[in-house]
Amino acid sequence: MSLRPRIKLPEASRPGDIIEIKTLISHIMETGQRRDKDGRPIPRKIINAFRATFEGQELFSATLYPGTSANPYLVFNMRVPGPGELELTWVEDGGAITTERVRLNVVA
Amino acid sequence: MTRPRRVSVVARRDVLAGTGAGMLLLALGQRAAAQVAKPPAPPKPPPSLYEQALDKILGDAKPMPGKITLEIPEIAENGNTVPYAISIDSPMTATDHVKAIHVLSSLNPLPNVASFQLTPLSGRAYVSSRMRLAKTQDVVILAELSSSKFLIGQRTVKVTIGGCGG
Repeated sequence: MSLRPRIKLPEASRPGDIIEIKTLISHIMETGQRRDKDGRPIPRKIINAFRATFEGQELFSATLYPGTSANPYLVFNMRVPGPGELELTWVEDGGAITTERVRLNVVA
Repeated sequence: MTRPRRVSVVARRDVLAGTGAGMLLLALGQRAAAQVAKPPAPPKPPPSLYEQALDKILGDAKPMPGKITLEIPEIAENGNTVPYAISIDSPMTATDHVKAIHVLSSLNPLPNVASFQLTPLSGRAYVSSRMRLAKTQDVVILAELSSSKFLIGQRTVKVTIGGCGG
């Protein structure tokens, strides 16, 4: 997985706010259901898991299946506990992992 | 010499006819006996992949309808990317929150779309993503609450061009 994921956070937030976190990673999400032009099955290759933690605390995770579209896009929320860092992880079939860390801008 | 010969022919016909009738009766008898012994069972189709996926998530739980808002187009022009958003009315506290949201499709070759795990830190029981839909079918949402109860909600989506690379 060479393509970098995109992450969108609010420019600023306050403790107690419920913010929206948007993520998108470029990936074909090959279903394993298709065949190539010679009729051979194309093996499945998808992002099968996503996990978000904030300062080490579990926030949100996802198990993705071939029914999820290419370039998986995920939007979820967080009630801001205070300043800190988000860690986002994508896991591909075969075990390749992509991790991104983003600091949340929290104003008092 | 001709007479006994004719007789024997008739006799043989009778025997043959008798045998045939006898076998027919025997066959009918066997069929009748079989019907008495084993009444025709109503054809029970094996559970579909969708039903199996539903059972795997629910176990013995009986989902209740309600409190799930599923935003999804009524008509999807492109089944490869159908945007959806799910929200559930929940305070999202440590003692009362939505633990998981499961997204299923009733007629895709593989019924599971995604399963999301939420926490009280989420603040709101909401998730949005995009799914593939091979054809017109139902999108079914199961929400698992911290009380281990399940909610169910569903909507039919008409698909103009199917997804899943078919």
